[in-house]
Amino acid sequence: MRKSTLCLSLIGVQSVLFLGMLIHAKAQEGPAARQRQSSAALVRSLGLTDLCLFTEARYTRHPAMADRHAAFQDHPMGLDHFPSGSLIAPPTFPSPHARPRPAVPQHP
Amino acid sequence: MRAPVQRYRNILDFALSSLLRRKGRNLALICVYTLVVFVIASLIFFVQSLKREARELLVQAPDMVVQRMVAGRHDPMPAAQAEAIRAIRGVEEVHSRVWGYYYDPVFGGNLTVMGSDDPTLAADAVWIGQGVARNMRVKEGDLISLRGYGGLPMLFAVQKILAEESELVSSDLVLMSPKDVRSLFNFPEGLATDLAITAGNPRELPTIAAKIVEQFPDARPILKSEILRTYEAIFDWRGGLMVVVLGSAVLAFIIFAWDKATGLSAEERKEIGILKSIGWESSDVLLLKFWEGSVVSLTAFLSGVLLAYVHVFFFSASLFEHALKGWSVLFPRYRLMPALDGYQLTVLFFLTVLPYTAATLVPIWRAATVDPDAAMRS
Repeated sequence: MRKSTLCLSLIGVQSVLFLGMLIHAKAQEGPAARQRQSSAALVRSLGLTDLCLFTEARYTRHPAMADRHAAFQDHPMGLDHFPSGSLIAPPTFPSPHARPRPAVPQHP
Repeated sequence: MRAPVQRYRNILDFALSSLLRRKGRNLALICVYTLVVFVIASLIFFVQSLKREARELLVQAPDMVVQRMVAGRHDPMPAAQAEAIRAIRGVEEVHSRVWGYYYDPVFGGNLTVMGSDDPTLAADAVWIGQGVARNMRVKEGDLISLRGYGGLPMLFAVQKILAEESELVSSDLVLMSPKDVRSLFNFPEGLATDLAITAGNPRELPTIAAKIVEQFPDARPILKSEILRTYEAIFDWRGGLMVVVLGSAVLAFIIFAWDKATGLSAEERKEIGILKSIGWESSDVLLLKFWEGSVVSLTAFLSGVLLAYVHVFFFSASLFEHALKGWSVLFPRYRLMPALDGYQLTVLFFLTVLPYTAATLVPIWRAATVDPDAAMRS
């Protein structure tokens, strides 16, 4: 067998597998939605705000609820010592005090 | 039609023979290249999947959470504030959440203990997440002991273990009645950890938030859009894990493409000289090297992406586990669902296959344009 035939067959098989990967990902959307239902119900009923990704510190367990100065929350220069703290970027909240305040109508 | 195809196949045959002559070197090259693509693609798949789960799940989060800040720290919220917030126009519902963290000295893990108003949840009973059940080695019907903040141990019956499918949000959860949470944490009546607010019209949320801050300057409202944005930004490519892994992978790739681009071996120059002296055109030599580059880069790209898919979605990104685990004792086990982003796959293709192929062509083009005699003598 020619080397080119072998090589093209190998790339062909890889391409078919690549296509299979795309089809598999698409086909998993239905099961994914079903799997998500129980989590979504829990999030809705308990009012959860975060995913359970890192349980080592409160600001990595609930990044959306964390204090604004998480990395230095204990004292100035109190560097983050939990490894997962260095894996995630800090949340990008606007300060509530910097939030544009719409004029509250004054009642006479 | 057959003649041009045959010509290309002949050149491909020759290119493969040339690659096989330096078998060890090219095999090592394909392995390194595949590894670089594998690492970058794994990270892309992992982050995309987590971002999608966050987007799909946290859309059910409360419209707004209001915390009270004291000296820059989160502090319990008086129930009176909940009443005042409920009176703000546009606020539909205010739910006082009672929750906190419990460090279990036995297995050294942190639990999130939360009050639940579910009527099926009995007093002195708990619903626990899969991670808690796994670490405490308990099943439904068993008893668990938690040391109350008053100093006394408290016994709870495990009434239910939360579904495995919900582990991404519930792995470390211990749900109990709000009364039990208060007893466990010695949490005074009339205070809540924070308030979950539902608005009739989500477009009014910024106005409601502004009114809350106006009325209670120590309050910190967090909108649902901000929660969602946190998870969009949290695994941003510019920060943390992404920048470290991408940086090292891209650096490795640059070194390896640079090595390829900066020169040819004397053997390769000689080969080009011989090919030109027996009548090969410069374009044929370029085509030959293009095939060589394409075979290496396409094989490595496809293998790297396929291995990354299997790694992330069939083995739950197990190679990243140690990096993600950090000091966590209670580590959630979740099966990630595939979320492929065509744009990112295309970018990965153009960032890996094209530069490599181009890097192989430049020195060949330089060598192919010199006189065959000079090429052979060099």
